[in-house]
Amino acid sequence: MATANASSRSGAATAVLTVEDLSVHYDTHAGPAKAADRVSFALQPGERLGLIGESGSGKTTVAMALMRLLRPPARIAGGKVTLDGRELLSLNEEDLRQARLRDIALVPQGAMSSLNPVMRVGDQIVDAIRAHSRGDNRNDISGRVAELLRSVGLDPAVAQRYPHELSGGMKQRAVMAISTCLAPKVIIADEPTSALDVVVQRQIMQTLGRLQDGLGAAVVLIGHDMGLIAQFSDTIGVMYAGKIVEIGPVRQIIEAPKHPYTRLLIDSIPGIKKKQKLRGIPGLPPRLVNLPECCSFHPRCPYAFGECKTVTPRQQEVAPDQRVACHLYPEHDRLPERPAATEVPA
Amino acid sequence: MNKELLRYIGMRFLQFLLVIVIAVSINFLVPRLLPGDPIESLIARLQTSGGSQEMDVQAVTDAFRAKYGLDQPLINQYFNYWRDLFRFDLGVSLSSYPQSVSQMILRALPWSVGLLATATLIAFAVGSVLGAKLAWPRSSHLIRMFVPALMVLASIPFYLLAMILIYLLAVVWRVFPPAGGASPTLIMRFDMASALDILQHAMLPGLAIILGSVGLWALGMRSQTVSVLGEDYITFAQAKGLSPRRIFYRYGMRNALLPQVTALALSLGHVVSGAVLVEVIFNYPGLGALLYNAVRGQDYFLVQGVVLMLIFTLAVLLFIIDLIYPLLDPRIRR
Repeated sequence: MATANASSRSGAATAVLTVEDLSVHYDTHAGPAKAADRVSFALQPGERLGLIGESGSGKTTVAMALMRLLRPPARIAGGKVTLDGRELLSLNEEDLRQARLRDIALVPQGAMSSLNPVMRVGDQIVDAIRAHSRGDNRNDISGRVAELLRSVGLDPAVAQRYPHELSGGMKQRAVMAISTCLAPKVIIADEPTSALDVVVQRQIMQTLGRLQDGLGAAVVLIGHDMGLIAQFSDTIGVMYAGKIVEIGPVRQIIEAPKHPYTRLLIDSIPGIKKKQKLRGIPGLPPRLVNLPECCSFHPRCPYAFGECKTVTPRQQEVAPDQRVACHLYPEHDRLPERPAATEVPA
Repeated sequence: MNKELLRYIGMRFLQFLLVIVIAVSINFLVPRLLPGDPIESLIARLQTSGGSQEMDVQAVTDAFRAKYGLDQPLINQYFNYWRDLFRFDLGVSLSSYPQSVSQMILRALPWSVGLLATATLIAFAVGSVLGAKLAWPRSSHLIRMFVPALMVLASIPFYLLAMILIYLLAVVWRVFPPAGGASPTLIMRFDMASALDILQHAMLPGLAIILGSVGLWALGMRSQTVSVLGEDYITFAQAKGLSPRRIFYRYGMRNALLPQVTALALSLGHVVSGAVLVEVIFNYPGLGALLYNAVRGQDYFLVQGVVLMLIFTLAVLLFIIDLIYPLLDPRIRR
């Protein structure tokens, strides 16, 4: 069971964030779409977890569920999220409001549009601070704003600027200054570099890493760029169709992926040294409405066999700290060679 | 930054002047390009209505032409027109003869501005707040019931709405006086009694304007707010743990209001022309009624003067909105 696995992992008792069987459904006319299906993981203080998957695999849904920012038709259909000993999903509105940013902060997707266009950047930081502590003195706060801006590598004068006067990278930094202003225990970074060029991406990731080290916060980094995530994270979780199909330490995942999907994902990273044909994963992610009782990856999986079409695979530990949901295990101890016949051009 | 702002204001002011110059020129040219001669039709009218006294038609016509400067070349007339304008000399009314047009306009202007500006601003403010509340998922069911009713009111033709109001509130219940700007017996002073009387008379036309347009403002604001609430900065504001109130006003409504203000500027044109209908129905002593009567009385100079005044008012209002806009939206300061 996933729950059992989550608590059996070393030191789950000290985990700052524990997610158990989190399910999010989007209610549609055709029935619930399971955007996140029994997602479980635990995060130690200071740990960096990268969640990776294709568009529509449920990464952002998980992030929004953790912030409890889902809007209808999305709803949390079940599960338990424990943040620093508190049950996040049952917090009342006021406690939730206080917990956001102070305990769990979001670095949103699309930082370009995450700042209010009619407010100065400094005021938006002050707004965030004051929402959590009313009594603060104005001078203290402006000092803190300057310090925060410096910590993300911005000139304190940026506080007087409006968002439209900043570049994309600067906006992203300003957003990070807001997200980290109360030293949260957990930072959820949802594709923080999605609209930036590679050079700026790198700088932003370094800044995020530095901030996180300084605060000792745990990070959930969400993205689809395997290279970026692998460089940043300690642990990688691979999501497919709303489920975490494989999770484990970054080295093991990259060097010895156990799930066929992970393998294909790694193979699809284009190399820069050697010119080769781009390799994708044939087919499309499934529709999330009324997924049949089986492994949802089997139509695209080169290794698929009979059982894959009838039984949903359970997560099992296949190597230290590495869990995978695939029927190839425990019969195999590693992912077998790819059957050549199923090679389909992308 | 401040330099940018000054530049922006300077540009807007130049635009404003340009609009005025063009409007004045057109207002000067169009009557002179029209077939027919105001002096001749005036003489004709005087002949039919005037006594049997014999007069030298040619001499009278020439006298009038010289008086109004219509015997001079067009270009001279144009410059004279501007010169007179700077002295606020718009000529003499033909229908109420010895009175000057500028006097009549000055008397009517405060009524129109007071009624229309106030009513429009109230409708705008109330409609915008209601529309924003309507789009906010947390607002009460009462508002959801209330606003559709206002939409129905907005779809009733204005003159019909006005007559319903007059019938209900002036005839059946006699709460407000049905017409006029003030009681005929009122001696205008700066005191409570005068203010109250004027306010009472303004209630019905004001109510008609507000009820007729508040639903439209609400509708516009609702769609703006719905789209703003879907923006990333709203989600991020929630993630910051801000109170719902603050998110609604500072992040939601504040941004949804920007296109509304543009719509307000655009609708001012309708307000000015709508003035005619309101003031005629309620027999309100403003510019609209003046224009209506001037047209009926073939009072060229008065028509010209009122139209000029309306254009001027509109240009000033637009200029004011241009000045306010960069305060609302920092992205405009260019």
